[in-house]
Amino acid sequence: MKSILPILTVVAAIFAIWYAFAVILNAPWAYSKAERADKTLSFSEMVSDTMAQDKPLLPAPHQVAVEIWKTTALKNVTSKRSLVYHGWITLQATALGFAFGIGLGIILAVAIVYSRVMDMSVMPWIIASQTVPILAIAPMIVVVLAAMQVDDIVAKGVISMYLSFFPVVVGMVKGLRSPDTMLLDQMKTYSASPSQAFWKLRLPASAPYLFASLKVGVAASLIGAVVAELSLSQNGGLGARLLAGSYYGQTIQIWSALLAAATLAALMVFAISAIEKVTLRRMGMAQ
Amino acid sequence: MTTVIQANNLDLTYQTNDGPVHALKGVDLDINKGDFVSFIGPSGCGKTTFLRAIADLEQPTGGTLTVNGMTPEQARQSRAYGYVFQAAGLYPWRTIGDNIRLPLEIMGYPKSDMAQRVTEVLELVHLEGFEKKFPWQLSGGMQQRASIARALAFDADILLMDEPFGALDEIVRDHLNEQLLELWARTNKTIGFVTHSIPEAVYLSTKIVVMSPRPGRITDIIDSPLPKERPLDIRDTPEFLEIAHRVREGLREGHAYDD
Repeated sequence: MKSILPILTVVAAIFAIWYAFAVILNAPWAYSKAERADKTLSFSEMVSDTMAQDKPLLPAPHQVAVEIWKTTALKNVTSKRSLVYHGWITLQATALGFAFGIGLGIILAVAIVYSRVMDMSVMPWIIASQTVPILAIAPMIVVVLAAMQVDDIVAKGVISMYLSFFPVVVGMVKGLRSPDTMLLDQMKTYSASPSQAFWKLRLPASAPYLFASLKVGVAASLIGAVVAELSLSQNGGLGARLLAGSYYGQTIQIWSALLAAATLAALMVFAISAIEKVTLRRMGMAQ
Repeated sequence: MTTVIQANNLDLTYQTNDGPVHALKGVDLDINKGDFVSFIGPSGCGKTTFLRAIADLEQPTGGTLTVNGMTPEQARQSRAYGYVFQAAGLYPWRTIGDNIRLPLEIMGYPKSDMAQRVTEVLELVHLEGFEKKFPWQLSGGMQQRASIARALAFDADILLMDEPFGALDEIVRDHLNEQLLELWARTNKTIGFVTHSIPEAVYLSTKIVVMSPRPGRITDIIDSPLPKERPLDIRDTPEFLEIAHRVREGLREGHAYDD
């Protein structure tokens, strides 16, 4: 484990910087509190105050850690104050949306590769769809779907899909087109049908591209679910935690929800990497 | 002798932005059953284009071309030929055995038949025991042999090879040439072989077709007097050198007004 020392060094540096900024950003509030109480603060008093405020501008790492500990390990997972409970809600929407996104992405990619008309007409719209700020479009989609009596989790999944299908389309189009002229000519010499060329050549050739896309897509999918929960906050989720935290100035709660979301994303990317490794090794494509 | 491939006054012109390119012009050629025919010439002489036209990968713009008495398209659909490309083109996600099975799967051979054919052709190219290996585990020469095995796996009487050993070093190439002759003697296939190596063409062929560019055409057809049995050191005999000389002359002639 030669890499453990550099990794720990970087982590330590990040914590040091985080603490430094916590002190700098929270100091004015510490001073103003002291002024109102007609006290003067020594430097060390000021530093310890910045790390123990109720609603700090930037919570110190240990405050976030304590909050996460309290809302995960010390809470029943069915409690509405448990991050695990909210994380699970978000994860469900993410997974559903991701599944939609993979499906839609692959279907669109196949259509684009096999039809010039689709390539010319749909591709620009797909790219345009990603330039629309999701924060603006998500509430509209959510309202429309709610009016159609669609289940909450599906509505969130649609936003997730909106973000996650794009990397899948781009990766799969590239992957399905990756066999060169020679390999396609070779298929022709066997008088292979188009569907044989698809199942035996194009689809397996696209596998490495698909996995690269999935890793980007799953993270995007989580963002979609969290953004959707800002509009659909009544049933909880990490997005709802973020929103509630910002209403009441609970910065510690916001930061712990953020870290929970980041951890969730990292776990999902790791999971896909693991599936990728196993699949490509089975396919003989990992050397 | 039956003629399997017949070209009469064959033309093939590409339309490009710089005007038409005459890839083939007035090509007449008969290839008999069991012939080993090499096409040799500088790049742009149309040797690969001619091979691809036989395989129905290019469409002639004039003249007639028949393969087994059919149009190239019909011949392709009736699986008349196996084609070996310059690169081995093995699928990295399939083992050597599964790569050889690929055309058989596409052509709908029964499963029991496949296993036997795979064993047979692997033995023909001396790759016994490599069935379960993946392509990246094989050297370049072995990969190309696997690709030849794949082209032999179904019962095509014609084997078309487009510079199959072009990317390999000379020592490996000598070895593969020897094996190819042995394979040809055992299977009695008709082989069309594109190369730009004079010794390779002379060593392998019963018929050498010398071509020249702009427009792509045949300048000389040499029927080799060498015996069918050819050890590698036949390349030092006077007969061999004489044919090589004639090929070189033919190539030079084609270039005469070019400089």
